Amino acid sequence: MNTVVVAQLQRQFQEYLVSLYQQGFLDNQFTELRKLQDEGTPDFVAEVVSLFFDDCSKLINSMSRSLGRPESVDFKQVDSGVHQLKGSSSSVGARRVKNVCISFKECCDVQNREGCLRCLQQVDYEYKMLKTKLEDLFNLEQQILQAGGTIPQININ
Amino acid sequence: MGMVRESQFHVLAVDDSLFDRKMIERLLQKSSCQVTTVDSGSKALEFLGLRESNDPNALETHQQEVEINLIITDYCMPGMTGYDLLKKVKESAAFRSIPVVIMSSENVPARISRCLEEGAEEFFLKPVKLADLTKLKPHMMKTKLKKEGEKPAEEENTILKPEESAVIEILPLHQELELEQQEPMLSSNKRKAMEEVISAGRSRPKYNDITTSV
Repeated sequence: MNTVVVAQLQRQFQEYLVSLYQQGFLDNQFTELRKLQDEGTPDFVAEVVSLFFDDCSKLINSMSRSLGRPESVDFKQVDSGVHQLKGSSSSVGARRVKNVCISFKECCDVQNREGCLRCLQQVDYEYKMLKTKLEDLFNLEQQILQAGGTIPQININ
Repeated sequence: MGMVRESQFHVLAVDDSLFDRKMIERLLQKSSCQVTTVDSGSKALEFLGLRESNDPNALETHQQEVEINLIITDYCMPGMTGYDLLKKVKESAAFRSIPVVIMSSENVPARISRCLEEGAEEFFLKPVKLADLTKLKPHMMKTKLKKEGEKPAEEENTILKPEESAVIEILPLHQELELEQQEPMLSSNKRKAMEEVISAGRSRPKYNDITTSV
């Protein structure tokens, strides 16, 4: 094992993770999520995150259909979708996605179709952005492991 | 290694969201609990054995097989809500002693008090954290203690009043007091069991040889 390489990768990983928190992509709940992963369940975070992104994709599609025709918007369905998205983004620590959901709910409550469409677009953007960021993060993890190192535990306050 | 315990606590987790089920399952496993997850209130009742069955024996044997120490359920579910499930459990003679915990992503005070009034032990706001689950232990311990308390307490039988007591009357009062404290554990069958956990006071009464000199 090349300890210099491992150390470099670990530092890269740490800096990247910290930047995701600082830029508001992730919040404390992501830290909680990482706590649930251990040697027995090394893929837990990746699995949960993957489930979350699948949910995002499905819910965005169905909400898009509900908002499709201005004369017959099913706001109840949209509200249900936003509720689910808000819940799961909150559980995962996907801070930006969650925040958009808060605005999204407000638009839904007052049956503001235009507002909903804007929020929908934003949610789509944010989840895809987070997806690429986390893919990069997991890649770094893999590189560390392949170089024979361990993934650092990082406490973010 | 680890605690000397016959079995882990077994929790039944109910949530219609696959994502949330995965989360709560992991949280519970990380807290050393055995977990069964179901996706609806009706499946939860079925799992417990509270269903109509053609086989008259099914209900009996089902109760024996599945020992659940706690039910944790989401509030918002289609069909039977967590609140409905809570009510059904508390209305059932067989299962009302199982502690129930409600989870919700919404902080609605009226909802919270309604659940607590109906007998829920705790109300967790989602996202549930590892630290929240430490609150579950005392509630689950109560069910275990109750079960253990129902076994005959062997220690009591070993304390025989010495025959000489009629003559000498040197009775170890302290040990008698300890005996009396153990009995309340057996009788209580109230829905809201005693708040304080009876610290496992099954210490063997230490009694020195009662030497009597005539």
